Amino acid sequence: MEWVNSIVQGVLLGGLYALFAAGLSLIFGVMRLVNIAHGDLIVLAAYLGLTTTIALGVHPLASLMIVVPAMAAIGYVLQRGVLNRTLGDDILPPLLVTFGLSVIIQNGLLEVYTADSQKMNAGAIETASLEVAGGISLGVLPLIMFATAVAVIAGLQLVFYRTALGRAFRATSDNQDIAQLMGLNKAHVFGLAMALSLAVVGIAGVFLGIRTSFDPAIGPGRLIFGFEAVIIGGLGNLWGTLAGGIILGVSQNIGAQIHPGWQTLAGHLAFLFVLAVRPRGLFPRIEG
Amino acid sequence: MSAADNHIVARASPASRIAAFIGVLLLIGLIAAPWWAGRADMRLISEICLYVALASLWNLLAGYAGLVSVGQQAFVGLGGYFLFAATIFFGVPPLAAIPLAAAAGAALAVPIAVLIFRLRGAYFAIGTWVVAEVFRLVFAQVSALGGGSGTSLPAGIVKGIAASRSLREAYTYWMALGLAVLVVAVVYMLLRSRRGLALTAIRDNELAATSLGIDIWRTKFFVYVISAALTASVGALIFLQKLRISPDAAFSVNDWTAFVIFIVVIGGIGTIEGPIIGTILFFLLRETLADLGTTYLLVLGFVAIAVMLRAPKGLWGYVKDKTGLELFALTRRVVPKA
Repeated sequence: MEWVNSIVQGVLLGGLYALFAAGLSLIFGVMRLVNIAHGDLIVLAAYLGLTTTIALGVHPLASLMIVVPAMAAIGYVLQRGVLNRTLGDDILPPLLVTFGLSVIIQNGLLEVYTADSQKMNAGAIETASLEVAGGISLGVLPLIMFATAVAVIAGLQLVFYRTALGRAFRATSDNQDIAQLMGLNKAHVFGLAMALSLAVVGIAGVFLGIRTSFDPAIGPGRLIFGFEAVIIGGLGNLWGTLAGGIILGVSQNIGAQIHPGWQTLAGHLAFLFVLAVRPRGLFPRIEG
Repeated sequence: MSAADNHIVARASPASRIAAFIGVLLLIGLIAAPWWAGRADMRLISEICLYVALASLWNLLAGYAGLVSVGQQAFVGLGGYFLFAATIFFGVPPLAAIPLAAAAGAALAVPIAVLIFRLRGAYFAIGTWVVAEVFRLVFAQVSALGGGSGTSLPAGIVKGIAASRSLREAYTYWMALGLAVLVVAVVYMLLRSRRGLALTAIRDNELAATSLGIDIWRTKFFVYVISAALTASVGALIFLQKLRISPDAAFSVNDWTAFVIFIVVIGGIGTIEGPIIGTILFFLLRETLADLGTTYLLVLGFVAIAVMLRAPKGLWGYVKDKTGLELFALTRRVVPKA
């Protein structure tokens, strides 16, 4: 029963990892950009959530109303101001610039919030749970997070394949020059893609901050989880990232069940295993 | 008379000859450092040497082979842990463990390369990071080496290097200097060789290189294994000097990769001179700004972004474009016969 329980909890944890991964997958799909600062942006969102909660005295979940638009605005400005200038055939500039950005965000947060670890207090909802069959109980908060992850991915899927914006994303992804000829401003389209990516990061960050304690140094770890979920699921497949997140969450929980020190390690090993047997991930859509 | 009769293709230039001459003089001065420099100076110079070695190796990977790794700390830490394990458990003399660490690094790099070469570009970068994290987490579980809190090199082993402290410090200093020279020499010889030509071709255009019959996978694999081996021996020496190792210090992404990337970017990626100049700049910045703590790292981040956006070839790339100057004779050029 303990095992079934840890698998179920792992699935729910996978929802959070899918949220880490969705933003990463989105911008890679649209502009082949891998954002090394992604994890640090998640932590930034968690701190924004914390500040909002304290300053306005609202519930952490309500802080999403401010954090999500704020992160989206940061994303648009970042893309138009800095990242668009790094895009091209060479993969080095975007990689190194986002790496520099990661260092800046980490140390900026350290300067403002110190290295003390923080946590957002969501009140009674944190400990509330639903009893399901066989003595397994599901936390209400993890359930909300998982449901949100599913909704976010369904929403992104909808935007991508059913709206004019999604058409613009797919067109610029296929061929930037022709998209430009058809009247799309690719700088603007990329800005919107990054805004959407960081809006998802905003949700992920607030959830992270409610679920666990966080400090300025944990960003790279979150980037790695998100990245692993993307690769396990298969590049460019949004539902795949959910599957990848779940596989990662379950592996981590099984690892932790065997030995507390093996939690993260088990996740990494699951990732390397998938890489060894299915190098393009489980459900690949596009070429890396 | 046609141009072919009175011109020759040469690599050496007056600048490269002068640079070689000055380089030899500088090296002689540095070898003699134990007789003229203080302990703190020697420690600083060996740190500079070790960073020159790490930066040159990362530059070989990213600047020439297109393998942007953010996981080289895997091999730094591996070398360090190898040295501790070999000396503590098997009684290997510490100085002998350094070349052995290179062999261990190469042996481990082979399966890692087979696995992560499946990832392309930026995903390769994060893949290397995952491998380094796996190493860190695994070594944190090895209780014989102190687990998560690490271990120190026993006094008996430290004394085994040399009886007196000053002699010990001189030995490790010479090792650091020697390793930096060795690494730069290996990179230089590699780039001048047939393989180096293949590497340059791959860097400029992978498709064209393939059509000329270059095996891209094998060339990159070779470079990856060589730099893993040398990075591991640098790591062994780093932790021999520190006398203490822990998973967080050994596999630190900041110390062994972020700083190294910064050095190569500001110095000039894709040149041999770049990492050396970058290291000197990095240490100048560090010695002047280190008191500022996190602000110093913020400044580093901003400088790296500014350089990448404004002068992507770094300081040396800028000088090279303006003047055509080359201190290491790599480029072939047509010059009139003397």
